[in-house]
Amino acid sequence: MFYGKRGDEDIKTPEIIVSLRNLTKVFPTADGAGFTALQDISLDIEKGEIFGIIGMSGAGKSTLVRCINFLERPTSGQVLFQGKDLSALTMPELLKVRQSIGMIFQQFNLLMQRTALQNVCFPLEIAGVEKKERIRRAQELLELVGLGDKMNSYPSQLSGGQCQRVAIARALATNPQVLLCDEATSALDPSTTRGVLALIREINEKLGITVIIITHEMAVIEEICQRVAIIDAGRIAETGPVSEIFSRPQSEAARRLVLPEGKPTDEFMGGRRCRIVFDGRSAFEPVISNLVLEFRHPVNILYANTKEIEGKAVGQMIIALPEDDRLAERMMGSMRAKGLVVEEVKGRV
Amino acid sequence: MFDATVLKMLGNGILETLYMTLTSTLIAYIIGLPVGVALVVTDKDGIHPIRWLNGVLNVVVNILRSVPFLILMVFVTPLTRAIIGTSLGPTATIVPLVIGSAPFIARLVESSIKEIDRGVIEAAQSMGARPMQIIWKVMLPEARPSILVGSAIAVTTILSYSAMAGFIGGRGLGDIAIRYGYYRYEEGIMFVTVVLLVVIVQVLQEVGMWIARKNDKRRK
Repeated sequence: MFYGKRGDEDIKTPEIIVSLRNLTKVFPTADGAGFTALQDISLDIEKGEIFGIIGMSGAGKSTLVRCINFLERPTSGQVLFQGKDLSALTMPELLKVRQSIGMIFQQFNLLMQRTALQNVCFPLEIAGVEKKERIRRAQELLELVGLGDKMNSYPSQLSGGQCQRVAIARALATNPQVLLCDEATSALDPSTTRGVLALIREINEKLGITVIIITHEMAVIEEICQRVAIIDAGRIAETGPVSEIFSRPQSEAARRLVLPEGKPTDEFMGGRRCRIVFDGRSAFEPVISNLVLEFRHPVNILYANTKEIEGKAVGQMIIALPEDDRLAERMMGSMRAKGLVVEEVKGRV
Repeated sequence: MFDATVLKMLGNGILETLYMTLTSTLIAYIIGLPVGVALVVTDKDGIHPIRWLNGVLNVVVNILRSVPFLILMVFVTPLTRAIIGTSLGPTATIVPLVIGSAPFIARLVESSIKEIDRGVIEAAQSMGARPMQIIWKVMLPEARPSILVGSAIAVTTILSYSAMAGFIGGRGLGDIAIRYGYYRYEEGIMFVTVVLLVVIVQVLQEVGMWIARKNDKRRK
């Protein structure tokens, strides 16, 4: 019952599970002016997808995720969960809805005085599940997250990655429809992060749970998200499929995030530069060699890497263009003609 | 000097002191614990803000805490008579001890609960926990080691208050120290009572800390 895929309605018309409509959140400040953390946010999250929300710290992402389960009440606008307007619910109804929205956190937020097993039992106690069933379910979930041998360990005896796995098991205990991940891997090292993300993906695929991931790391988005919203200074700067945003970022905020490791471009000294994005197809062609042969002018590779986005290998490269503007334009034109995504990276970001 | 009568008196003094201290601590916790919880819960950043109640509790706690115990003891004498029937003896002393220490305990409990990571409470809220469930299943269990450390502090404070009660005929070791040491200049007996008080404080403190450590799952 617990492992059955939720609904096998095929992806013809995606069902919207969470919908944010013109969400605004203003925090009161001492001077009375108020701090606008979120402004006019509208997003539709489809059932079964892994949706990323990315932004720099202070962009409002944590506030946004807390609005989804009404830990923060939005100042105006609506949150619709499975079509229900959360602001119209009574408190008991809201508490019930929260049981269908699991949440994991950067600091895990486990109960330190309870064992892993008792931690997973906790949401079931709240939901009023009877004791035998609680333990059975908690054991099953700890097995699922690979901690079958750590059931009686306390959080202080577990590593960060193990703690987050307990937290995931706990978040899944009440069979939620949606899993909210608030910087869930930010306190973990890269290899542990990969393990936890793989687990989240597995849960998404096996149980069909919609996942909403909040992060400041583009690597996390690239690793598991299908669609992403970029939030900047409390507003949505851009939304779209991850591959789309990676190859053709439209907004300044998106551009900053897709650049290598988010480094500002002024680290690359020299004249004009451009960013080239290869997809799996064009990666086979010796693009740079051809460019050099064609124009008989050397180009300097400043940065290059490959990533897997939505299961496809995607490469990006930053090259220095010749000082001669006309030559530079022609070079970019030539690359575009070969089907590459080429955009000039402006001086300083 | 230390004949059978004196030894018997000292023995009784120990028992009376322990009786006053432990009974008062227990009753003071019955009052102070819920008040401490209420102080946290009804705070404006708490899980169930109730502005007026929080204000009232804070004022009452602060007023009671700012009255020196010796004065409070005399001040509540009519109340003590009304409840116990007399203002003398160890049982009567329990009344001012409870009134004097419950607000202090409320503050100790408040600070213990506030030590809990905000995120843990938020996690419980995200699971749809009601405020009562958060109090019983998150706040109290998670703060338990810290509350126990607080109780070791509280019990030693109450012990020293009980010694003060010797001044108004509260009996116990404090009473012996005052009568023999202060009024009769029998420094030997006073010295012994002081040593006994120190030993009792040490024992209570150590036992309290040991229980707290044993109950804490954070380091193992």
